[in-house]
Amino acid sequence: MVERLEHEVEAGTVPADGEAVQARLIEILAEVAATARAPIDLSGEPAVLLMVGVNGTGKTTTIGKIAWHLSKEFGLSVVLAAGDTYRAAAAEQLAEWADRAGAELVRAEEGSDPGAVAFDAVEAARARGADVVIVDTAGRLHTQTDLMEELAKVRRVIAKQMPGAPHETLLSIDATTGQNGLRQAKIFAEAAEVDGVVLTKLDGTAKGGIVLAIADELGIPVKLIGTGETLEDLRPFDPTDFANALLSP
Amino acid sequence: MFDQLSDRLQATLSDVRSRGKLSESDVDAAMREIRLALLEADVNFKVVKTFTKTLKERCLGADVLGSLDPGQQVIKIVNEELTGLMGGTGSELAFASSGPTVILMAGLQGSGKTTACAKLARFLRENGKKDVALAACDVYRPAAVDQLVTVGGRVGAHVYEKGTDADPVEIAAWALEQAKTERRDVLIVDTAGRLHVDQELMEELANIRKRVKPHDVLLVVDAMTGQDAVGVAESFAEAAEFDGVVMSKLDGDARGGAALSVKAVTGKPILFASTGEKLEAFDRFHPDRMASRILGMGDVLSLIEKAEQQIDEDQAADLERKLRKNQFTLEDMLQQMRQVRKMGPLSGILGMLPGMGAMKQLKNADIDEGQLDRVEAIILSMTPEERANPGLIKGSRRKRIANGSGTRPQQVNQLIKQFDQMRKMMRHMTSGKMPDAQQLAAMTGGAPRPKVRRR
Repeated sequence: MVERLEHEVEAGTVPADGEAVQARLIEILAEVAATARAPIDLSGEPAVLLMVGVNGTGKTTTIGKIAWHLSKEFGLSVVLAAGDTYRAAAAEQLAEWADRAGAELVRAEEGSDPGAVAFDAVEAARARGADVVIVDTAGRLHTQTDLMEELAKVRRVIAKQMPGAPHETLLSIDATTGQNGLRQAKIFAEAAEVDGVVLTKLDGTAKGGIVLAIADELGIPVKLIGTGETLEDLRPFDPTDFANALLSP
Repeated sequence: MFDQLSDRLQATLSDVRSRGKLSESDVDAAMREIRLALLEADVNFKVVKTFTKTLKERCLGADVLGSLDPGQQVIKIVNEELTGLMGGTGSELAFASSGPTVILMAGLQGSGKTTACAKLARFLRENGKKDVALAACDVYRPAAVDQLVTVGGRVGAHVYEKGTDADPVEIAAWALEQAKTERRDVLIVDTAGRLHVDQELMEELANIRKRVKPHDVLLVVDAMTGQDAVGVAESFAEAAEFDGVVMSKLDGDARGGAALSVKAVTGKPILFASTGEKLEAFDRFHPDRMASRILGMGDVLSLIEKAEQQIDEDQAADLERKLRKNQFTLEDMLQQMRQVRKMGPLSGILGMLPGMGAMKQLKNADIDEGQLDRVEAIILSMTPEERANPGLIKGSRRKRIANGSGTRPQQVNQLIKQFDQMRKMMRHMTSGKMPDAQQLAAMTGGAPRPKVRRR
């Protein structure tokens, strides 16, 4: 990106003064950030969303927020699947969000097979004619090969219940993550065909610059950003705002 | 752990080492490489600057360049400086002289506080603190209290909770009163994750600290945090005046930036490291050992400690006797295998051996733990007689064992052959070529006897 800017300044297309260069830089950043931009695909009946990510990046919270927006703002009926059967009380946490968002919850006992929970949830949603199913999964470090394989299996199981699903796989990335975020995205994309990134915890000082590398190198766009702890704190990603914020001190 | 950083530093240092003499420009070039390696690993740029500066000054000292083996000297200095960067040695938790020791846990959302609380409780119980209790002060995140109650139960710690309607400061104060009257040894206070820019919540944290007067405040930091780690640590240092750091998610492929920056910026050492999903995956952080691991020098000390923790003295003595009399059976082999496996996944153990980091083919090879499972299944499908005397195993027995263990007769054969070879080798050794039976026990998985302590 820097190279491109340098070329443009040398070639004279961008005047060589501070402000103009900065404005152009923001444009370039926004352009990269907008790589492969696409809306979240809700055309399926029901549309199946799969949420994946490393431990503690905010998957469950994001699901709660998405469910709330879909049900309160768009009047869609939502089914949540408590696919994190590993962490203690993860299903209770999702149950609380389901309650707040007015969504239904499909859950199973701790330690049961996450694929089965996803399967049941999609089945239940089809039976009830729900609009959207959002499947939660347990946080996993991308270095744990067996857990990544489990994720691929969850996908296959969902596809078995409903061909073409999941229609949208979202990866949550913590804005405070450093260079490691690129590895996370790469490996999760290999295992679960990630369609988009949800950049969480942007309300701190972290700016999440790593998503630029993710968009540029892997062609995976940011679709949503999380900016706080309440249900409303979820917004569509705006490349220009993001680029501005990235450069502001 | 820190593979990329480790690779780059090792490459640079092996280059330095291959030179008989070092000139100033050689040192300069090496420092440039080290600086780049650290920056790529997300280490804070200020920290990198001071670090390479001290390093260079020390490396250019007359005693290094003039010494017979300057490369070796440089490696020694890098090792020492890396150790210092991560906190030197000898940092410990402070314990109360009387009454419960109070430990307050703080951190960003999703850094792993609740899990760290349970892991720490388990760790303290294993290390002499009998009665550890937890206080559930995260009233914000849905089901955080349930989570603490569940994991607390798993590690045998009592959990003080008042649901989610009470004020966290009050819960903490109440839990401390309870812990005092019930004479707990330690009280660990879990708090809600908070962003360091959230004034209100940071104030709440400061208030909890004032009310319960903790002996230790620990900041939980995600090892994968980038340059932001420094800002986070600084803000928490101000509000919570933490005494030490728990580095979480160290089992990922984090580059090490957070681990290498936090001490330098805040002056507070990393006390514990969390290295896996299981509640046992938690241990003291030893900067010196981590430095040697990064430089590919292995961590034999941790390996010995792990072995000592897991290996039963009586069993080791028993094994030694059997080996002397050449009565080692498949049953014994099974037990040995189980003891070694208790130390954790084999890949983790290999990482602690010196030089393993440099062996690329080993590093990328996924060690097939399934192979060990199969061996276990095969032995378990044998009768006690067969285990004692594998010579009995012929056609139909072999078929039965293969069926019972879900393997093929060839695999059963293979195992028996390997076992025979092992026995033959041992016979050679016990018949005088290697008189020290302790060494033998060490070879087959037992630790040298005099070093085994009961835990």
